[in-house]
Amino acid sequence: MIKGLGSFFRGIFGAFGSKKRVKLGFYGPPNAGKSSLANRIAKDWLGEEFTTASAIPHETREVIIKEKVTIKSKGKELTFNLVDTPGIATKIDYEDFIKHKMNAKEAKDRAKEATKGVIEAIKWLDQVDCVLVVLDSTQNPYSQVNITIIGNLAARDIPVLIVANKSDLRKADIKRVEAAFPQYPTIGVSALKGTNMDEFYEQLFKLVKR
Amino acid sequence: MPHHEFAQLSMSEKISKILKYVKEGNILLIEGRLDPLEESELIKRTMEIITKDFKGVEIASIDYSPKKNSLFEKIKKDLGNFLLKRRPGLTIVGPATIVKEIRKDPKRIELLTMDNKKNKR
Repeated sequence: MIKGLGSFFRGIFGAFGSKKRVKLGFYGPPNAGKSSLANRIAKDWLGEEFTTASAIPHETREVIIKEKVTIKSKGKELTFNLVDTPGIATKIDYEDFIKHKMNAKEAKDRAKEATKGVIEAIKWLDQVDCVLVVLDSTQNPYSQVNITIIGNLAARDIPVLIVANKSDLRKADIKRVEAAFPQYPTIGVSALKGTNMDEFYEQLFKLVKR
Repeated sequence: MPHHEFAQLSMSEKISKILKYVKEGNILLIEGRLDPLEESELIKRTMEIITKDFKGVEIASIDYSPKKNSLFEKIKKDLGNFLLKRRPGLTIVGPATIVKEIRKDPKRIELLTMDNKKNKR
């Protein structure tokens, strides 16, 4: 019913036409490169980064928003609010942070914050207009977290673009990501190196116009 | 865990029941898939109860679709599922302290458990 109404109003107003800004969510498991991609976009269009990316899992532990990012592609222009969310996980072990040279207290605090971050990310699923599901293309895409995120977005009728990140790495397998979720458009990029970003922006505009 | 143990439960009751068993150290094999909203609620509720001893869950939902049926067979099966509130597939949930990883690919599923620093399949 709600899904049907969403489609109905989207159809009437078309392409988020009545909105000034599109809330673009960055979702995915920890360490897939959500913040790196959000930073890449911010750097491309604002000249500055706005969130912290790191090799340590759960670096982003609260939703971080960058407002009014205007992107141009093929003579068209759209303005976004970028919503970088914490990585979604089914388990968090404070001992994993100790491996990253934190003391026990820091690790426990970080684990606690990370659990809150996952909850916040899930709550935000109801507040975004469209979503980039950022996956690490060197990893097995058939994880339950990926399936749950995409299933939730489908249930809410939220447009999805799958970003197979880290395409510059030797083990990257974009085709495997495409094969895992054939019902969604998939684009391979390296957020870190800025590879294939023009194609990415084209796909993003198609997503919003859907 | 057979379907009928969950059929009449609300989403919240269903998740409470799953988490109760998992916190006791059980690996559950549940008849029927959780839907995506139930899965995300399970993750949320899991995050709320994580401690240094309970580190979360490993979960995998599997779609089970037997060999191609005729249209009549398919309608009969779908109608049966609808009337009995039954869902096809399976769900595996276990505590992350016991289940190290559930690996899925389209053709098989592997469950790796912790065992004194040695993984068993």
